[in-house]
Amino acid sequence: MTHSAFDGYRPPEPPRGRRRRRRDGDRSPARRRGLGALGTGDGGREMPMVEDVEFSSYYGRPVVKAPPWGAPIGLYLFVGGVAGASALLGAGAALTDRPALRRNARLTALAAVAVGTPALIEDLGRPERFLHMLRVIKPTSPMSLGTWILSGFASGAGVAAAAEIDRLLGERLPLGPLRPVLRRAEGPAAAVSTVLGAPLAAYTAVLLGDTAVPTWQGARRGLPFVFVSSAALAASGIAMITTPVAQAGPARVLAVLGVAGDVVAMHRTKESMHPLEAEPLETGAAGRKLRWAERLAVAGGVATLLGGRNRWIAAAGGAAVATASALTRFGVLEAGIESVKDPRRVMIPQRERLEKRRAEGITDDSITTGPES
Amino acid sequence: MGLPSEHEDTGAGAGWGHSHERKGFFTDTSICIGCKACEVACKEWNRNPQDGDLEILGSSYDNTGSLGANTWRHVAFIEQDQERIEQARESGRRLVGLGMPGIGPRSGADAPAGAGGCGSGCGSRPGADGEPGAADRTPPDTPEFRWLMSSDVCKHCTRAGCLDVCPTGALMRTEFGTVVVQSDICNGCGTCVGGCPFGVIERRDDGTISAKGDRGRVEQDVPHHGTANKCTLCYDRLVDGQTPACAQTCPTTSIRFGDRADMVDEAASRVRQLHDRGMTEARLYGANGNDGVGGTGSVFLLLDEPEVYGLPPDPQVPTAQLPAMFRTAGIAAAGMIAATALAFLGGRR
Ligand code: SF4
Ligand code: SF4
Repeated sequence: MTHSAFDGYRPPEPPRGRRRRRRDGDRSPARRRGLGALGTGDGGREMPMVEDVEFSSYYGRPVVKAPPWGAPIGLYLFVGGVAGASALLGAGAALTDRPALRRNARLTALAAVAVGTPALIEDLGRPERFLHMLRVIKPTSPMSLGTWILSGFASGAGVAAAAEIDRLLGERLPLGPLRPVLRRAEGPAAAVSTVLGAPLAAYTAVLLGDTAVPTWQGARRGLPFVFVSSAALAASGIAMITTPVAQAGPARVLAVLGVAGDVVAMHRTKESMHPLEAEPLETGAAGRKLRWAERLAVAGGVATLLGGRNRWIAAAGGAAVATASALTRFGVLEAGIESVKDPRRVMIPQRERLEKRRAEGITDDSITTGPES
Repeated sequence: MGLPSEHEDTGAGAGWGHSHERKGFFTDTSICIGCKACEVACKEWNRNPQDGDLEILGSSYDNTGSLGANTWRHVAFIEQDQERIEQARESGRRLVGLGMPGIGPRSGADAPAGAGGCGSGCGSRPGADGEPGAADRTPPDTPEFRWLMSSDVCKHCTRAGCLDVCPTGALMRTEFGTVVVQSDICNGCGTCVGGCPFGVIERRDDGTISAKGDRGRVEQDVPHHGTANKCTLCYDRLVDGQTPACAQTCPTTSIRFGDRADMVDEAASRVRQLHDRGMTEARLYGANGNDGVGGTGSVFLLLDEPEVYGLPPDPQVPTAQLPAMFRTAGIAAAGMIAATALAFLGGRR
């Protein structure tokens, strides 16, 4: 079908059958051409792309954008969980009279916030404006609520940890008349951080779920469970490293519970997702991280269960589960950022749910409309 | 206090205390000639920095790529052959009478049946029984080849994901019902970037470009560096009663600007007109207030499925799921507290 002499320059189109096969099932990561490869093609070569009835895209370009969140945010997801769960551990230890566990958990919580907050600020486009976060309280914005949770938590954890440090140093901090004030504030401050601990560990899952990023959005029903489990096992892992076995019993139990919760929640989350949305959690660098996270978590959990009363085994198991938690957070973050690169992950689940609604007779909520007949 | 996205009336509901008419675009892609005057006018007026390194992208005449921090109008080029045009015509025909409740008669009986699953037999359904305005609906000869050209822009959603998730209040609803970033407030947290179901808004990060040849990296003047940027529907022009730069410059009136209600009306009569001429590939995008984003301020007339233009077929504002997500997170947090309590009770042994 040649229209003019110039059509002779059009490169031959690839056979259509190959395209068809590519659409269904082929899961190899090399399935898509990278954007670099697109840059070398020409308009004509792209034509078969839109012949595909079931999936068409605009030159394979992304439809939605991932937030510009890098490693500092991954770190924050991890230490935020550590901080939240450590505050809970500290509260339990205070109630059950385990001074070493209480002290270590509170210091861990403060250290975690002290690492996480700068990480959060560092990833802003305009770090000097970080206080703008506190201009408003916005219930529709998980980032806003999270910032308030973090601020409240950090204040509470800071006071509680200051009291611990003072005690640790034999009351040698130059506090003067402020010491009684600190002592009296310690209880309420610790209570604040305890109350905000679990929300601090859980809100980041909502932060990721409340986006148009396919993998995060698809994971929204299970991700909070993954994140709180991950937080619990990270905090107890660190407590097992820092605290003598005599007082770390609850941390060991919590670590094992956390491992079980983490593994189960991750699997159920993936099951609840569209296969295309779940794919980035299983492939590529993110998939590798998550696989190692699971292995380390299980290994650490088993070690804790079998040899947790040995100081060294406890420390090794604790390190394993804490690392697993960090890998989980980085893996989930990276999987989401990866997921926007392929427009199929956005288009196909959306097209399927639209056709499903239409088949069920719901036809008035489509963004695409024809003329009224 | 109302949630920012929950107001149909985006003017008064956004707390302005008065009800300006909501403004919007109607982009009629059927008469777009792909001249990109809108892209240029937008860049000039808004002083947006250069995007990318002036590469040839290999996507027909589109070397802009996509909307982003520095590109607020993007003209898409799609090349299609006869087979694809026929498919577009068929998929458009199936949309007749679907959607947009409250406008026009939707006699519940005929709308839903077979909408999704109908295969080849659908062609005979619409237009069969003597409707008003019985125009000649014989499809015109299908051309062997066509270009689709479409100028994309921020949708200024009724329920705007970007606006909902912004933690600083930098994103706001203007008195014209549009969605605008206040660049002196934005701290560049990037939450809005993930909140937009259309991939429009972006953080302006790298202001440097590499010039051709060996001149190395060149600093250009980058206003609002590190903050989120997107189309403002020329807020600065609107307050002076002017038309947005793109609409004013468009030589074919493919981009039209006005009260959003008028835009929807114009769009509805235009799609009707095209169908009457047998161009059943025409359809509207964003005119339905019932869709996942509550209807868009920028309404489009497309000549194929939205995917073809790189538009999502069923966008939903992420915050619609937020109450459910908070519930889930609450249960998870309670579980975490319970597990910790259990650990201490069990640990007593
Ligand atoms: S299209 Fe995206 S950036 Fe524009 S108003 Fe809607 S959500 Fe916000
Ligand atoms: S980047 Fe700016 S506009 Fe976007 S959510 Fe953050 S503060 Fe709001």
